[in-house]
Amino acid sequence: MSDDNTTNKIDRRGALECMIWAGTGIVWTLSGGVPKSSQLLGFGAAQAAEKKTAGFSFLQISDSHIGFNKPANPDPLATLKEAIGKVSGLPAKPAFMIHTGDITHLSKPGQFDDAEKTISETNLDVHYVPGEHDLVDENNGKAYLERFGKNTQGSGWYSFDDGGAHFIGLVNVGNLKAGGMGSLGDEQLAWLADDIKGKPASTPIVVFAHIPLWTIAADWGWGTEDSARALELLKRFGSLTVLNGHIHQVMQKVEGNVTFHTARSTAFPQPAPGTAPSPGPMLVPADKLRTVLGITSIEVKHGKAALAITDTPLASA
Amino acid sequence: MLSLSTGLASGACRLSCTLAVAAALAAFPALPVYAADTQVNIDNFTFKPKDLTVKAGTAIVFLNRDDIPHSVVETNGAFHSKALDTDESFSYTFTKPGTYDFFCGLHPQMKGKIVVTP
Repeated sequence: MSDDNTTNKIDRRGALECMIWAGTGIVWTLSGGVPKSSQLLGFGAAQAAEKKTAGFSFLQISDSHIGFNKPANPDPLATLKEAIGKVSGLPAKPAFMIHTGDITHLSKPGQFDDAEKTISETNLDVHYVPGEHDLVDENNGKAYLERFGKNTQGSGWYSFDDGGAHFIGLVNVGNLKAGGMGSLGDEQLAWLADDIKGKPASTPIVVFAHIPLWTIAADWGWGTEDSARALELLKRFGSLTVLNGHIHQVMQKVEGNVTFHTARSTAFPQPAPGTAPSPGPMLVPADKLRTVLGITSIEVKHGKAALAITDTPLASA
Repeated sequence: MLSLSTGLASGACRLSCTLAVAAALAAFPALPVYAADTQVNIDNFTFKPKDLTVKAGTAIVFLNRDDIPHSVVETNGAFHSKALDTDESFSYTFTKPGTYDFFCGLHPQMKGKIVVTP
């Protein structure tokens, strides 16, 4: 659980947050400003049956790490295929999908090919941001940009509008500095300030990037050193949802109007901070692996103040 | 016979070399302690050893023993490895004396330092 001052509140958000921690999945519903989350099994399913309001959902997948082949998951392409199967099997077709980085393990052309071919089977538009593993080709990210950089700025950041919300894909894995964490940099922050200029404060904002934009574990590099500058630019918006990957586990923090959420990987889990000597891949029994991998669905409902997030594992525990 | 005499000769040489080194050490007891080996291992997102002193001309091998890729990047650009997958290594020969701070380009919280003496 996060260690911010909201964690002990026994209000709706607090209760929902705890549910997420215990839970099997989260759907984000964007409904007018305040994010809302629900477990997919049980309560979430009941809620889904209860209302079919106008709105839309989108999906988040993350950290597919195609090319990884170690004991923590010898075949991440197979688990990515299972995740994509879940997406294709959803009763309501999502508007689009975001991938929050570490598409590949080593930025190799074949790894990008395998990931893209599998992900494209959903026939959904996919909005990518890179993870640090996607920028380790010989030309420091050229391979990624050639594939996914169309209509992006700098090292691959961009924004778009859909369903009445404004979506901002940021890159915080390029040009990292010794001793630091993730970094956005001056150029991207200047672009961000310009991008949101003139937008009404009532516009729901969804920001997505690979490394969390809140500090989860500085000694493991799980944070972004200049994220506060980005959040300062965005603070006037009534609904801000920040979606990240990188840490291969679900974590959520709600702070005022801002909901921070991290998605599971489709490849392998990583340990909770402080529970292991390093953040490397966590080996779990083979029959448990699919309970710690998964996808995230985010539902956007008009006229309501919340996004509903549902994290769904590939298999129930 | 030939091989035996060669063996004797090299044995004699080893002995004299050892004596010479011992004499040198005795003459300069305040010499800095140089690394016994020239390998830096990467284990659990840590460079080991983290700090190392070597003589100019020494080649250091950085070996990644984690099951996640790492890289070795010198802070001022003196060298930069590619992403090293498990059991891959990168070697750099330090010809110029000085202090070399390095970090992992993927996980910049991982840092180390090599001091190169003349």
